Amino acid sequence: MMEANATAALSPAKRLTPRLAAWAALAVVACGLPFAVTGYHTFQLTMVLVYSIALLGLNMLTGYNGQISLGHGAFYALGAYTAAILMNSLNVPYWATLPASAAVCLVAGFLFGLPALRLEGLYLALATFALGVTMPPLLKYKHFDAITGGSQGIVIIKPDAPFGLPLTGDQWLYFFTLAIAVVLFVLARNLLRGRVGRALVAIRDHPIAAEAMGVNSSIYKSLTFGVSAMYTGIAGALGAIAVQFVAPDSFDIFLSISFLVGSVIGGISSIAGAVFGGVFIVFVPNIASQISKAAPWAIYGVFLIGFMYLMPGGVVAFLRVATAWARRCFRKAG
Amino acid sequence: MNIFWEQVGSGLVTGGIYASVALALVMIYQATHQVNFAQGEMAMFSTYLAWSMIHAGLPYWVAFALTVLISFIGGIVIERVIIRPVENAPVLSVVVVFIGLLVIFNSLAGWIYTYTLKSFPSPFPSQPLFGFRYVSPHGIGAIGVTLVVLVLLYAFFRFTPLGLAMRAAAQNPASARLVGIRVGWMLALGWGLAAAIGSVAGMMVAPIVYLDPNMMSGVLLYAFAAALLGGIDSPGGAVLGGFIVGVLENLVGAYVIGNDLKLSLALVLIVGVLIVKPAGLFGRALVTRV
Amino acid sequence: MAALLAASGLEASYGATQVLHGLSFSMEEGSITTLLGANGAGKTTTLRAVCGMVKTRGEIAFDGQRIDARGTEDIVRLGIAHVPDGRGTFVNLTTEENLRLGGYTRRDRHAVASDIERMYEYFPRLRERRKQQAGTLSGGEQQMLAIARALMLKPHLLLLDEPSFGLAPLIVGQIFDIMRTINQKERVAILLVEQNAAMALELADHAYLLETGRIVISGDAEAIRNDDSVRRSYLGY
Repeated sequence: MMEANATAALSPAKRLTPRLAAWAALAVVACGLPFAVTGYHTFQLTMVLVYSIALLGLNMLTGYNGQISLGHGAFYALGAYTAAILMNSLNVPYWATLPASAAVCLVAGFLFGLPALRLEGLYLALATFALGVTMPPLLKYKHFDAITGGSQGIVIIKPDAPFGLPLTGDQWLYFFTLAIAVVLFVLARNLLRGRVGRALVAIRDHPIAAEAMGVNSSIYKSLTFGVSAMYTGIAGALGAIAVQFVAPDSFDIFLSISFLVGSVIGGISSIAGAVFGGVFIVFVPNIASQISKAAPWAIYGVFLIGFMYLMPGGVVAFLRVATAWARRCFRKAG
Repeated sequence: MNIFWEQVGSGLVTGGIYASVALALVMIYQATHQVNFAQGEMAMFSTYLAWSMIHAGLPYWVAFALTVLISFIGGIVIERVIIRPVENAPVLSVVVVFIGLLVIFNSLAGWIYTYTLKSFPSPFPSQPLFGFRYVSPHGIGAIGVTLVVLVLLYAFFRFTPLGLAMRAAAQNPASARLVGIRVGWMLALGWGLAAAIGSVAGMMVAPIVYLDPNMMSGVLLYAFAAALLGGIDSPGGAVLGGFIVGVLENLVGAYVIGNDLKLSLALVLIVGVLIVKPAGLFGRALVTRV
Repeated sequence: MAALLAASGLEASYGATQVLHGLSFSMEEGSITTLLGANGAGKTTTLRAVCGMVKTRGEIAFDGQRIDARGTEDIVRLGIAHVPDGRGTFVNLTTEENLRLGGYTRRDRHAVASDIERMYEYFPRLRERRKQQAGTLSGGEQQMLAIARALMLKPHLLLLDEPSFGLAPLIVGQIFDIMRTINQKERVAILLVEQNAAMALELADHAYLLETGRIVISGDAEAIRNDDSVRRSYLGY
């Protein structure tokens, strides 16, 4: 409240400048990084973006709509396999697989969401957990082998930079993914800050009141599931292209668990949290395996539990609290 | 026709195991309204402990008893130390903690024991009893052990003061405190019992599917389906649900969709029950006042 | 003689809302005291505070010991039994199981069994329904069961929260008669919260009147009953 009064005293231009500067700095860093680091690191940064998109999908569901999913790995797999099959069997260009994966996952998510709208909290967690566990056996099913490549999976060829741009494959993929990510983030931001977002929060916090006020919660919930799955599916397609490989065992329940973890740690109600979560998923397992060569997931698990005790709102909530506290300290000093 | 009865027979065997794990899940659900997603991994880890003991030379039933005891104590410790701090936290936080536990147990097992399959001995003779061909001797033994555990548990809850106190604490913690019951410790005891039951289930299933860190994930899923089918707040329902799911799994796998896709039956059952009759066969339908 | 129960400067809050603002009162052994007041005055909260079911500041002493920082399970074991509003019966357990739970903390199994028999003598209707699920009992029977369960703890102090709530006058009369008997025969002090001020004042020795978390009137029950102005302004009759 106090911050609003303080900054209201400044002219609109002065209010915008610090934020614009921050965004500009971020843009410079984001575009400059691939040229400053190795190919492998660029690939890792691409994966951070990929997982951020996936987490954004999950955040929409969990943070804004209050539905818990332990099965989003399944939608990631669906998007990844759609892209891989299209590129492999039908020679579809990589960029065209994105709308296809998006469509498939939107429909699949909506259809799963229709019955799922009856489930709350724990029961939804159970149902989506079942979905996540069932995915690898489904992908390995003998009769689908011809299309899915069975347990061996499908190999994808990495695309080159188009129009002869002087970028390596890794760098091009990074910028491609960055562009998609920015579009999707802006889309999500507008959706979530507008009427739709408010309706979702109303459904999450006071479902009965929301219904009484005319918010058609069944449609919103199923649609939210669909859109959430769509985002994760697009991420899956991008991920498949970046990794150049899809195989059933990469999409087991631990992938879904990673998503949940990244989402929670980044902060489930926030778009920025999705990026933090993406960073976590890509880099922390590496750190964890440096701490314990043999049981990195155990460290992961301990970290998870500890995090729930200390920072239940996620990194973003923590940062918000920390910055507010810092601002108060500066105001007292100044 | 022989195949049919064989499938039913082995379905009852695995059904007994699902019934045990489902019962453990329902016990914790009744007391806390939380589902222990880590139940399977805890059972798997207990089974590995038994394996270590047997390989150190301990006779089977000694290792069995020790494992049950250690699991019981372990369950109590986990509830008091890890679950208690998040007792009143929002659902998502608790689910994350359970997932954390799942991940820790799975990873520890993989680290200590590696991911290669191990064989786990069966304490039952290998010759078919009375020439009974439809269920293996281990299978009959497993069903027997399951039934003994279930009967003991029933007797404990029905006839002992402590069992009564635990039931009271689960149903109405506030009133339980008013008669002097230490509700927190009743919860811990519930966890201990659930862990003990899980360890028995693990030791009965290991000889059938071979011991590996991911041994229980399928079992857990079927147990979820069984608990939901029977009614997530009905122990009797969970047991019956377990046997039904076991037989159904085998029959559907043999005659309808093939063994590879059996696990998807669990998914279908879970979603199906939750849509058609969320309270399950024997649970109480929850009516929320608007 | 030291009071059985003594509260001094008792404050209690539900979250950010403070409900009790510095209550001070006391009760002698074997006495019957009633807390009166309108809805929201803080009567139930006072009972909950004594039992450690709500966050408090200030002192509460029972039988010479401080109990304000203790947990409910411990306070109950010191000799206080609470019959909460809404009865608090274990609805999925049988009548007899409810009574047995009342005796949960007691060591002597035989004494518990004979006490259950005594409860059936006070409340014959419960004996008829001993194997029945408590949730299927009528309102009056559940109230009797709740009181009986509380008595199974062999308390020195019985806290009763609105025992007349939702019950027919005839049943209420029976319950109040039984409470008088229990008070005299078992020497159990009773702290009674009641909306039905007339009946409460007839039963009690002392009375406190609460208004928005403060005691506004305290004194002899009979004196208050005979004081027309108090009755009309505060008790509405």
